[in-house]
Amino acid sequence: MASLKVHITFPEGRIKEPIIYQIGQEYKVVTNIRRADVTEKTGWMDVELVGDAGEIDRAVAALKHKGVKVDLIERNIIE
Amino acid sequence: MGKMKGLKCRECGKAYPAEPLHVCEFCFGPLEVDYDYEAIAATISRDRIVAGPKSLWRYIDLLPVEKEATVGLHGGFTPMIRATRLGQTLGLDALYLKNDTVNHPTLSFKDRVVAVALTRAREFGFDTVACASTGNLANSVSAHAAQAGFKCFVFIPSDLESAKVLGNLIYHPTVVAVEGTYDDVNRLCSEISGEYRWAFVNINIRPYYAEGSKTLAYETAEQLGWRAPDQVVVPIASGSLLTKIWKGLKEFERVGLITGVKTKVNGAQAAGCSPVATAFAEGRDFIKPVKPKTLAKSLAIGNPADGFYALKTARETGGVIEMVTDDEIVAGIHLLAQTEGVFAETAGGVTIAVLKKLVAQGAIARRDLTVAYITGHGLKTQEAVAGTLGEAVYIEPSLEKFQRRFRLKET
Repeated sequence: MASLKVHITFPEGRIKEPIIYQIGQEYKVVTNIRRADVTEKTGWMDVELVGDAGEIDRAVAALKHKGVKVDLIERNIIE
Repeated sequence: MGKMKGLKCRECGKAYPAEPLHVCEFCFGPLEVDYDYEAIAATISRDRIVAGPKSLWRYIDLLPVEKEATVGLHGGFTPMIRATRLGQTLGLDALYLKNDTVNHPTLSFKDRVVAVALTRAREFGFDTVACASTGNLANSVSAHAAQAGFKCFVFIPSDLESAKVLGNLIYHPTVVAVEGTYDDVNRLCSEISGEYRWAFVNINIRPYYAEGSKTLAYETAEQLGWRAPDQVVVPIASGSLLTKIWKGLKEFERVGLITGVKTKVNGAQAAGCSPVATAFAEGRDFIKPVKPKTLAKSLAIGNPADGFYALKTARETGGVIEMVTDDEIVAGIHLLAQTEGVFAETAGGVTIAVLKKLVAQGAIARRDLTVAYITGHGLKTQEAVAGTLGEAVYIEPSLEKFQRRFRLKET
């Protein structure tokens, strides 16, 4: 079982959608929110995705497809 | 227990041992080094520092290593320049430049953080070091690893310019050019750092690595005669440098080396990659990631790890975070070179251009004791000013032609 810690940023217009719930339904990944700050228009979440590595990759791709920004928990490593 | 108590989560405060860890298991917040300041204050003194080596290691009492320094022994303690001509141009009476363009061995402030990271890596017993970088960090890790005898892996995006790849290859690390997006490189490096027992300086060693930036603040205070400046202007990439400069000044105050720290900490970003400056301008307390598009490549981090903390530091200290266009950056590089004889890379251009803007806005006053941080050498980004310079004057080898060309009279 693999796990991936990600920082997700929601753009304006996507904040009302139950995206984390949908990902848990559509893919075999457990979504575990550790920290979040969500306002009316925008917000972010630190989430752990647990599941098979391939399924996590598909869930991440789906999150991006739904219009949210997905970064590693470390954000951008390249300096 | 020595000067380090361990690591501590910056968000929830949970304590961890001083090991190669970087993320809190509970809230996923970043970890940072937790010091025993009472113990440090009992031993540290100005005399002790002055008697120390002329390098960043003179501040070893406040750095996250357990024994003596072993890597990067000549980094830091760079010149603090009284910038009289630039100050006159901008309207500042007491402007100083902290000149890390001459840092040893790779001419950028990264030589500070890497010296600390690799000394700590050796204490942990790592034999391999690594980083993901497009420029200054890769240079510094490669050079230090070569000198210290570490195996070294540098991960770069495959579309990186060949000149920058060459700058790394000269030190004979293993350079891995990853085909894919920057996100793909990030992801691969994170996975590798979890898979192998390597010191990945800006991942699992990050809490120690980042502390090296504090030495810029220590040197600032010492070189100004044991006092904190009124204003500092700091370029923002990951945001770590800005937060650590503030941390360094506050630590000096806390252990009794200086008093009355009221420094306003100002941040500088390029408009083409300004997630922190934009959040500052919009009054937001979180960072919206951006896709970088600027010639200031060394600051082009679209989702900076410490952006939130940089924002918080600027606001808490009464500072401002501003952004400047690529044209203003180039003009800033020119202005610095023309007035002070310092050739800075693009990050220096960002700093000088923002400094100019802050003076014009009245955020920095004429009499403020101001320090601007010039973090890397211009030879690293010569392409940024190509096409913006005058040309040489060609003449025949004749005194008469020379005099005629420059309208000089015979003596």
